[in-house]
Amino acid sequence: MSVNVVLVAVVGTLFAVGVYLLLERSLTRVVLGLLLISNGVNVLFLIASGGAGQPPIVGSSAPERMSDPLPQALVLTAIVITLGVTAFLLAMAYRSWQLHEHDEVQDDVEDALIRRRAERDEASSSYDDSAGGTLDERGADPAGESTQDSRDGDGAPIGPEGETP
Amino acid sequence: MMAVLIAAHLAAAALAPLLAGRLRSRVFLVLAVVPATAFAWLAARGGTVAGPDARSITQSTAWVDSLGMQLSFRLGTLSWVMALLVTGIGALVLVYSAYYFRPDETGLGRFSGLLTGFAGTMLGLVLADDLLLLYVFWELTTVFSYLLIGHNPDRRANRRAAMQALIVTTFGGLAMLVGVVIVGQAAGTYSISGVLADPPAGTAVSVAVVLLLVGAVSKSALVPFHFWLPAAMAAPTPVSAYLHAAAMVKAGVYVVALFAPALAGVLPWRPLLLTVGVATMLLGAWRALRQHDLKLLLAFGTVSQLGFLVVVLGVGTRSAALAGVAMLVAHALFKAALFLVVGIVDHGAGTRDLRLLSGLRRRMPVAFWAAVLAAASMAGVPPLAGFVAKESIVKAFVDVARTGDGTGIPPVAGWTVLVGLVAGSALTVAYSARFVWGAFATKPGVSEPAGIHSPPVGFAAAPALLALGGLALGFLGSAETPALAPYAEHYPEGVHHASLGLWHGLNLALVLSAVSLAAGAVMYWQRHAVARAQRGLRVGYEAEHGFRRTLRVVDRVAVEVTGATQRGSLPVYLVVIFVVVITVPGTALLMAGVGSVDLYGWDNPAQLAVGGVLVAAAILTARSGRRLKAVLLAGVTGYGMALLFMMHGAPDLALTQVLVETVTLAVFVLVLRSLPPRFSERPLTSTRWGRLGIGALVGALMAGFALVASAARTADPVSETFAERAEAEGRGHNVVNVILVDIRAWDTMGEISVLVVAATGVASLVFLITGRTGRWRPDEAIGSALDSHASSHPDGGRPSWLRAGGTLPPDRRSIVFEVVTRLAFHIIVVFSVYLLFSGHNMPGGGFAAGLVAGLALMMRYLAGGRHELNDAAPVDAGLVLGVGLFVATGTGLVPLAVGGAVLQSAVVDLSVPLLGHVHFTTSLFFDVGVYLVVVGLMLDVLRSLGSGVDRHGDESAENGRDEADEQHAQQERLGETR
Repeated sequence: MSVNVVLVAVVGTLFAVGVYLLLERSLTRVVLGLLLISNGVNVLFLIASGGAGQPPIVGSSAPERMSDPLPQALVLTAIVITLGVTAFLLAMAYRSWQLHEHDEVQDDVEDALIRRRAERDEASSSYDDSAGGTLDERGADPAGESTQDSRDGDGAPIGPEGETP
Repeated sequence: MMAVLIAAHLAAAALAPLLAGRLRSRVFLVLAVVPATAFAWLAARGGTVAGPDARSITQSTAWVDSLGMQLSFRLGTLSWVMALLVTGIGALVLVYSAYYFRPDETGLGRFSGLLTGFAGTMLGLVLADDLLLLYVFWELTTVFSYLLIGHNPDRRANRRAAMQALIVTTFGGLAMLVGVVIVGQAAGTYSISGVLADPPAGTAVSVAVVLLLVGAVSKSALVPFHFWLPAAMAAPTPVSAYLHAAAMVKAGVYVVALFAPALAGVLPWRPLLLTVGVATMLLGAWRALRQHDLKLLLAFGTVSQLGFLVVVLGVGTRSAALAGVAMLVAHALFKAALFLVVGIVDHGAGTRDLRLLSGLRRRMPVAFWAAVLAAASMAGVPPLAGFVAKESIVKAFVDVARTGDGTGIPPVAGWTVLVGLVAGSALTVAYSARFVWGAFATKPGVSEPAGIHSPPVGFAAAPALLALGGLALGFLGSAETPALAPYAEHYPEGVHHASLGLWHGLNLALVLSAVSLAAGAVMYWQRHAVARAQRGLRVGYEAEHGFRRTLRVVDRVAVEVTGATQRGSLPVYLVVIFVVVITVPGTALLMAGVGSVDLYGWDNPAQLAVGGVLVAAAILTARSGRRLKAVLLAGVTGYGMALLFMMHGAPDLALTQVLVETVTLAVFVLVLRSLPPRFSERPLTSTRWGRLGIGALVGALMAGFALVASAARTADPVSETFAERAEAEGRGHNVVNVILVDIRAWDTMGEISVLVVAATGVASLVFLITGRTGRWRPDEAIGSALDSHASSHPDGGRPSWLRAGGTLPPDRRSIVFEVVTRLAFHIIVVFSVYLLFSGHNMPGGGFAAGLVAGLALMMRYLAGGRHELNDAAPVDAGLVLGVGLFVATGTGLVPLAVGGAVLQSAVVDLSVPLLGHVHFTTSLFFDVGVYLVVVGLMLDVLRSLGSGVDRHGDESAENGRDEADEQHAQQERLGETR
């Protein structure tokens, strides 16, 4: 099959720039990167659907000269969905700005916590290490011992933001 | 019938919560009918499946054919005995529970349902004749046990005990599953009777034996997995009596007894079971001797007895098998009775600590005598069932020690096992005596617990019946022997003819029984010395420590692995993904080469110009430091795309792309007005070259991919016939639109669902808690907004082109824009409706039409502010989205009602008065749904990122003003005081 070089060059550029922007931390840039990559994918569809042709409208052009309509239908919905996704990401960027006064993607706090535990050679926060506690030789089940304490292992308690007081 | 009985249990379990709401604790009495009925049915089958001419009753239904798995059940002698125990004791425990729980106890529905459900699955386990079915029931009992141990999840110890039991038994269960699969594959059948009839052999089977035994050992709480059983005593006493003494923990013993005739000869069956069993018997009994909690004393006793049973049923001789089954029955009777007595004591005296109990013998005579009978049976005192069984066991093991009795066990090992069993029996005698003494004796220096009350008749009935059963069975040895014989006859005749009875003459077995009774009595008499010895001998290491250490290691490994791989940074993850994309498919691409592709420059010289602009705009986007500039440049690429679509012969795409790009730009601008104009400078420059490299490589890869994919294409496109079909079937000329609403309408269905989700996501991010729903009264809202403005801006109230135009501050109003909006809005809306209806034959359709309508709304918003938007569309965006999805789905479903396929379309020709002839296809309604969804999305976006952001801005501005006012006032006050 023959391939349109201009379109191939456009695909390459859109992907290259899109990926470059996607690797940034500013959500606005990430969204722009995503937009460019989406455009690149849509051009890829054009390439895959073969050469240009007449609009696929019965009556106004002959069927054998029509451009392939199926990729067009796929791209059409892709365009609209990209709009929805862009709006959603922008709402996230706005929310992030509202909360933190910036729109940058932060490192996950939970993951940082786990990493800190790994560095300190600690067990996970859900790990229950309180020894004993079985009924062994301690007599029965004294009423009122409904302890629901959630002590956080031994080490220093770690706050929700990963800070250690 | 067997399947019906099991199903009846499960159905009763499902109904239990409903019944419990009305009957309170009496629900147990109703539920007890089910296992009692099953018991009666089983008892009536005794003549068939037990005794001299025994034959099994079988039943089978195909279940999972591809696995060869069947719902097959088989009632043989061993299953019959087990099933009688499960249903009989189950019924008694349920009756007992009706008295054990207060009528106002919480969680009765859950508890009674679980207990009955457990009875059903346990019955299924002992009746199953399919290895996989056996495993299913096996794991179900584990789950029920977990839920029942955790009956009161408020206590931390209970939660931990339940979890520990679950982990240990599931671990064993999984090992068993592997063993089961190996056995099934080696034997070529998963039918248990098939495996028993033709046992497989070989190395694989040896491995399978070990795995099966790991399952059995963990379930029956043998060393080194014994620790979960004492911890499981956190469960209510009926559960301890039933699951953790009579039924579930016997599952492991049952599996050993079931497979011993076929697999006892396979190494390492005997060495493993005899070692583990004897060690467990001694350890459990030794630890039972030092417990103060009566329940724990019994729990360790159970551990000990389970070890004992596994030795006897696992050794694989005829006389041991017969004696073992007798012991199984005796143990179930006496241990369940003893646990139930503990429950009565606990209830009556308020404690189970034997150091605090005193004088209960006189207060609870029935419970006392039941306990004495049961404990005597446990100790092996004649003439009780325990003695009969134990006597025969000792006799069988004397044979094994002397001659091997066909097992090939060397004399040294045989004598060691025998000594172990006798020593264990002596310890059993000692802790049995300690139990009766501890629970009921009048102890000097211990005052009677206050408020002891004797149990009602029904409460004490269950243990009394069980204890009497143990007494009766002692005299029924001559009847029991032939009944159980069919199971023992799986083994060849041994050195002596096996039989159960009270008197076998004066022989070594009797002497050893007497020795163990005497030794136990001495130990009880010298209990203080024994206690001192125990303290001296205490070992620092317990199996539970090993369990906890294992868990900790697993947890630590998980933390380390997570910490090392889960960096929590989006760029890092993306880099990993892209590097994989570059290295793996990229290498493949390089290796394969591009193949033969005809390259040509362009379809149309204009493509080159547009492509050049696109490339330049994209590169400038990345270089831009200002947000707005970057967005505009990205917009240039979007409009460039529209031109490319146009030149490709895709007018629908071009139209949609232009509309979407416009909307996207507007939305960006709406959001960017609250963000700083420049991107923040981050110290990312060091990584810039890396990112650039990755980007360039991915771009090159995708370009290469475009070439390779085109070169690889050989088949004709599926869409070749779409043009004809669009006209013939879809009755439309615009092929793309027919594809969307008809040929591939399922795809569109999914896509509009995504849009609904995205729209809802946008709204929920901006409006968080305050609902966007509400009463839409634009008139009032505009009125009050105008009033407030009128007060601050004297000219705000003058008539204007847009009703809400006056609500904007004067410096943000544009009279030209307002006029244009006023004139154009309705025209644009009509145009959008036209696009919608004509889309089937010409470029347009629901997506484009919805976007046009959305742009009209956006115009109103930009010209007149959020009140103007509400005036233009006084509906909730969620409602529009919902109606759209409903219309689309409804159009899809209607054909079903008239016998068509989902989303099938039809042509409708109507003659309407005034309008004349109307012709349309039903897929138009689907497109209307799409239209509404897109309008809803636009409305949601405008309300959220437009109106919502406005309001946040107003609020923060107001707060700021308030603060400034306050500061001002404060300064004035300060000035005055000065």
